[in-house]
Amino acid sequence: MSKNVDTLPEKNPLSFQLDLSKWEKASSEEKEQQIIERESVTFFKDGMRRLWKNKVAITCAFILIFIILAVIIIPMVYPYTYDQQLSIAEKGKLPDSSYNNLGPMEYSNTEKKMIEEGKDVFPHLLGTDSLGRDYFIRVIYGTRISLSVGLFASVIVLIIGTLYGSIAGYFGGKVDLIMMRIVDIIYSLPDMLMVILFSVVFQQTLEPLIAGTFLAKLGTGMISIFLVFALLYWVSMARLIRGQILSIKQQEFILTAKALGAKPSRIIRKHLLPNCISVIVISTALQIPNAIFTESFLSFLGLGVSIPMPSLGSLANENLSYIYSDVYRLLVPALTICMIVLSLNLFGDGLRDAFDPKQKK
Amino acid sequence: MDKKFLYYLIKRVLLAIVTIFLVVTITFFIMNFIPGGPFLSEKSVTETTLAALNAKFGLDKPVGEQYLNYLKGAITFDFGPSMKMDGREVTDVIMEGFSTSAKLGIIAAASAIVLGLILGSLAAVFHNKLVDRIIMVVSTAFVAMPSFIVATLLLWIFCVQMKVLPANGQTAAGLILPIISLMLYPMAYIIRLTRSSMLDVLGQDYIRTAKAKGVAPSMVLFKHALRNAVTPVITYAGPMVAFILTGSLVVEKIFAVPGLGKYFVSSIINRDYTMIMGTTIFLAIIVVVMMLLSDILYKLFDPRVDLS
Repeated sequence: MSKNVDTLPEKNPLSFQLDLSKWEKASSEEKEQQIIERESVTFFKDGMRRLWKNKVAITCAFILIFIILAVIIIPMVYPYTYDQQLSIAEKGKLPDSSYNNLGPMEYSNTEKKMIEEGKDVFPHLLGTDSLGRDYFIRVIYGTRISLSVGLFASVIVLIIGTLYGSIAGYFGGKVDLIMMRIVDIIYSLPDMLMVILFSVVFQQTLEPLIAGTFLAKLGTGMISIFLVFALLYWVSMARLIRGQILSIKQQEFILTAKALGAKPSRIIRKHLLPNCISVIVISTALQIPNAIFTESFLSFLGLGVSIPMPSLGSLANENLSYIYSDVYRLLVPALTICMIVLSLNLFGDGLRDAFDPKQKK
Repeated sequence: MDKKFLYYLIKRVLLAIVTIFLVVTITFFIMNFIPGGPFLSEKSVTETTLAALNAKFGLDKPVGEQYLNYLKGAITFDFGPSMKMDGREVTDVIMEGFSTSAKLGIIAAASAIVLGLILGSLAAVFHNKLVDRIIMVVSTAFVAMPSFIVATLLLWIFCVQMKVLPANGQTAAGLILPIISLMLYPMAYIIRLTRSSMLDVLGQDYIRTAKAKGVAPSMVLFKHALRNAVTPVITYAGPMVAFILTGSLVVEKIFAVPGLGKYFVSSIINRDYTMIMGTTIFLAIIVVVMMLLSDILYKLFDPRVDLS
């Protein structure tokens, strides 16, 4: 409003132009009423505000951040590694079997001698296992592996599910019908049994295929878990995305984009997917604990990550027999899994309540 | 029965049959995918022994013929001899183990449903009161615990610390802990389902009408509310059976219960291929049939559900 309203051109008697002399100017008090007191809030900010109010979800987020930082930082500064068998000494020295099966904060004979000599020895916070490996660092590594399996598996599910679901939803009709029948069939397969079966087979077949590549380092167990997720677990994500796309694509702005000549891939990428981003993020967050669950289950059956790499499930499996003597060895990985899954579940629920209130059950 | 329902029934049964067929096919071909055949891992097999073994299990025939034979066997429920347990038929082993596992699973499922419904309704009736809070905290915690962790914790508390129950699942008293460990997760899930649908139902007009008419509160709850709140639980019946079946694999291992799960786990470790295939197919059939039943029951129970 740069124009001075008081000096409008003179009114033509036939025109509908307002006659300013008949109007009264607003008083400053009245103007004040028009001021918007609350700043306009974006969808994201609004959701974050709601999330921040949810004490449980925020506590869980902090627990998760703490665990993630711990598994990143501790291996960098900790003096032992997860596969180092301390009892096997350097060449020319006798192995020191007193390293095996130490209790928490205990020292082996070699270390006791070193302490007597006045050297600093880092304590074994949770003792060592039967092969003389420091148990604390194995738990930390196990947590790291379980978390990364959960994360990567969910990302795989996210990519495949989103791609598949958005294509089926966007094109609709026959394409949708055929694609969704495939989803129905995969969905009705008993997933855990198929997971076990695939893991057995992949462990046997992958070994020679990946020998020598960087994949060999990951181990067949881990790759088979990822493959299984890529093959079977994406279907519920695909269903969800398809449903969202189906409802969004009816709206006018999609019609406008089509009329302007946008290609399907552009419409999906720029218009449809950004509108279901909250559904995508929430279901990915809830997928992670599911993946951790599956991984620990497989590792517990002896089908998960390959030795000597630990995961929380395989650590629980290895130390099941210590339930009568050193029960902490079993409880530490078991309770860590529970804590991670619980925190992820509650945080995911909080995310859903904050960003997608309609979906609240 | 109207036409729409019949159409749905046929479609659903067909899907179940296709699924079972697919499971058999996938299982067969994926096991054949393993290079070198199942006996290569054995330590000292001479050429002649290998040939004899292959002939015994029909592995010398072309894959197509093997597949047809296997399919024929699967229909008549004959999965051939076990590869690692000498002279035993896979079907016999499955049946022997399954009688124990079924007992375990049925008791676990039944108690999960009963307790879940009761506790879930309680939580809904005392919404936001202390009872509700406690029930919700406990059920949230149990949903985050894999069954093998529940099982090991129970084993530690009741067998190692308190020494009140046997750690061995071969006696009747020894089956208590396996049943509890299988039950807790489905129970927690049913509690959450019942609570939310019960809250939904209790807020509706016809409940207010019933109360206004002077119907006793317990009557309102059990006769009017619970009937409608129970439908979501029916949909969970299928997944619950799947969960209990897979859960029993590890739980039976931990408590040394001589059930199907224990045989399955040991067959995985021993790479007993016919046993793995047979058990997978057998368990898959149970899961698929249960899913089918729970879907159909759901439609029967709640006529409002859209059948398209």
